[in-house]
Amino acid sequence: MSSVSEDPDSGIPPAEVPDLPPPHAHGWWSRWVFSQDAKYIALQYSGTAIAIGMVALVLSWLIRMQLGFPGVFDFISAEAYYQFITMHGMIMVVYLLTAIFLGGFGNYLIPLMVGARDMVFPFVNMLSFWMYFAAVVVLVASFFAPGGPTGAGWTLYPPQAILSGTPGGTGWGIVLMLVSLILFIIGFTMGGLNYAVTVLQARTRGMTLMRMPLTIWGIFTATVMALLAFPALFVAAVMMLFDRLLGTSFFMPALVEMGQQLSYGGGSPIVFQHLFWFFGHPEVYIVALPAFGIVSDLIAVHARKNIFGYRMMVWAIVIIGALSFIVWAHHMYVSGMHPYFGFFFATTTLIIAVPTALKVYNWILTLWRGDIHLTLPMLFALGFIVTFLNGGLTGLFLGNVVVDVPLSDTMFVVAHFHMVMGVAPIMVIFGAIYHWFPLISGRMLSHRLGLIHFWVTFIGAYAIFFPMHYVGLVGVPRRYPDISASFVPDSVATLNAFISVAALTVGAAQILFLFNFAWSLRYGRKAEPNPWRAASLEWQTPEMPPRHGNWGKELPVVYRWAYEYSVPGASRDFIAQDDPGHPASWSHVP
Amino acid sequence: MIVAASLVLIVLFSVGFHLFSPWWWTPIASNWGYIDTTLVITFWITGAVFVAVVLFMAWCVFRYRHKPGRVAHYEPESRKLEIWLTALTALGVAAMLAPGLVVWKRFITVPDDATEIEVVAQQWYWSYRLPGADGRLGSSGTEWIDFDNPLGINPHDRFGADDVVIDSGDLHLPLGQPVRVNLRSVDVLHDFYVPEFRAKMDMVPGMVTYFWFTPTRTGEFEVLCAELCGVGHGVMRGYVSIDEPEDFDSWLGEQVTFAGLPAGGAVRVAETAEESDP
Repeated sequence: MSSVSEDPDSGIPPAEVPDLPPPHAHGWWSRWVFSQDAKYIALQYSGTAIAIGMVALVLSWLIRMQLGFPGVFDFISAEAYYQFITMHGMIMVVYLLTAIFLGGFGNYLIPLMVGARDMVFPFVNMLSFWMYFAAVVVLVASFFAPGGPTGAGWTLYPPQAILSGTPGGTGWGIVLMLVSLILFIIGFTMGGLNYAVTVLQARTRGMTLMRMPLTIWGIFTATVMALLAFPALFVAAVMMLFDRLLGTSFFMPALVEMGQQLSYGGGSPIVFQHLFWFFGHPEVYIVALPAFGIVSDLIAVHARKNIFGYRMMVWAIVIIGALSFIVWAHHMYVSGMHPYFGFFFATTTLIIAVPTALKVYNWILTLWRGDIHLTLPMLFALGFIVTFLNGGLTGLFLGNVVVDVPLSDTMFVVAHFHMVMGVAPIMVIFGAIYHWFPLISGRMLSHRLGLIHFWVTFIGAYAIFFPMHYVGLVGVPRRYPDISASFVPDSVATLNAFISVAALTVGAAQILFLFNFAWSLRYGRKAEPNPWRAASLEWQTPEMPPRHGNWGKELPVVYRWAYEYSVPGASRDFIAQDDPGHPASWSHVP
Repeated sequence: MIVAASLVLIVLFSVGFHLFSPWWWTPIASNWGYIDTTLVITFWITGAVFVAVVLFMAWCVFRYRHKPGRVAHYEPESRKLEIWLTALTALGVAAMLAPGLVVWKRFITVPDDATEIEVVAQQWYWSYRLPGADGRLGSSGTEWIDFDNPLGINPHDRFGADDVVIDSGDLHLPLGQPVRVNLRSVDVLHDFYVPEFRAKMDMVPGMVTYFWFTPTRTGEFEVLCAELCGVGHGVMRGYVSIDEPEDFDSWLGEQVTFAGLPAGGAVRVAETAEESDP
């Protein structure tokens, strides 16, 4: 550490493995389709995720049209409504958010930020994307299957998920949904092992774990969590498939459907819920932790200040990751599980608020006494903090078992999880795209269009989801295509119409973003190398955008952490991680 | 400047909306005012945190926005500040969790004088069973469900004979009497949800779940299903009426008992057999 200042090379271990070139493409197919370059796979992942995400966006418009103006749109039957909400939820959580953070940002940023030439298993990486692609194809196929996609809710709770009272329950819908999930998990496991091993084994010389940018810490921890959590969903999907196709009764007790005794017996629907949420709760953090990491880096770069309390931030990520495996049953307080579980899970759930709150404090303390450039990535980061804070605080209502009782299964829950794991992570995704677009394309996104996009999205999303909490507080349950009830005042219908108009407006702003993306790819202003003057490694490649193999002849050597901004006495306001020339000013971080 | 102002406006809008918008919970009709109190405590604590954090952020954005010549302060971490913030947060969390757990203990502890009643859900309507003169519900099971015995009451259990059966009708309950609501489903998950009672619980086929409450206000309250149960979920409605005890008794007297139903024949036979048994 301090000795680095005397001799730049001391303390930097020699390379333990030879610097092998990554596999080269030999023709059109292996370059543009079955590419093994992590950067290209990242774009394939992101493109597919955004494409299927557009389907989810359109579904959300249909949902809001029905809720805001019930009875006006005849083609939205109750059946269709349940199919829309199910597919919207599943696509957003799994096929968009998980895929884009880990498959998209993970693939692009891990090798570049740790100083590797590529992922350690490029072939498996390629297979991972194509499994994901197959999963998306099967998912989309269910829209065209007889009976349509499943309408069981994204939680797919049995018994209704595989019975005839639910759309797609006895047809193709639920089968295709489960098969698609199984394919997704197989694909993710291949990718996830790759990301974890690359972070652990392929970091360049000098890149110690405690010098990694928080983006990598977030993605790495989320990947490890996903490798542990997805198997629970995998077995649940396989068992439900057996219940549906082979007549087993893993999740099916003896029951009478529409006056007819069915041949099931002895299974437990609650077992499915435990398996689902053992995956489902970590899943929230599988989406949130990469967002936490990325937003930390955006704030540091654009406030020209080191992230405040780096080590605390790393440990908070790890602790949140670990704790998130023992809070799952807070989704099941009113499921009928043994009531004593409530004490345990409420306690663990509220404890997890402490490291999470610390992260929020540290983001804001990074802004404090900074040099805040209100660039688009910074604006989206600020938008993230507000929406995440809001959604995190309402989580304290729902996590506190007895407070959850009146609120569970109401629109309050819908508002909460959209704010915390919908709007907030998507704010980060946009911030990240505005931030790294020049690295990927060599051009800048239009600032003017970006400003419109930011303000409409941020204010609009807040206008959608903040009032929605109060719709739930009135008592309106979720998953109702028509919310009128004796206890619901007429003014709630007006509020609902307002929310729908806001939702459609925010949706339109996303089209503007896509236009900006496509237009800037071709006509955007050419970016200078390292346009944000960032210290982390991905901006220090010999060419921008980085070429195949990332680093030219020599791998970079890392001398410092990723947050040397505004260091007193330095010649400019940042010192790149691979810059040997400056003293390591802060001895706490090696 | 605009950014800092918008952040302040978001705080003003949120607090104003909370205080002045007409949308708030329904007037309570049960003993679970404790839950409302815990919820209000949570609103105060989380609201204060939200206002403080966003206003501080707005101030930072205003005070430290980029100007030519501004240099950020270099301070990687401050152990003291971080420990203080951790401790304060932990305190706030404890202030919400402690009353929450105390009320949860009450919520799951049914008082001894509670009357047992049963709600049976199926796609997509509600049925009910109340104990007869013996004060006790007979056993039940899916295997006995058929057209004549829609709730699956055990025809061989003599405690079931005088059970009052309300198949797809409205429930009545007496004011001020604690009730333990046993919840059963014959097909898929449902959830017996009356917003005014605050309490709710899923109904799971294959098991009996429960919650308890004491009605504190007479009137008619809408019952909704709060666990997705198929296409009819949104229309699975009913009414529960809280009556003065004498009104309740006269209503109860007009209802049919299980023994009065065709399927109750077996109970009658069983009872006779038992009586004639030496």
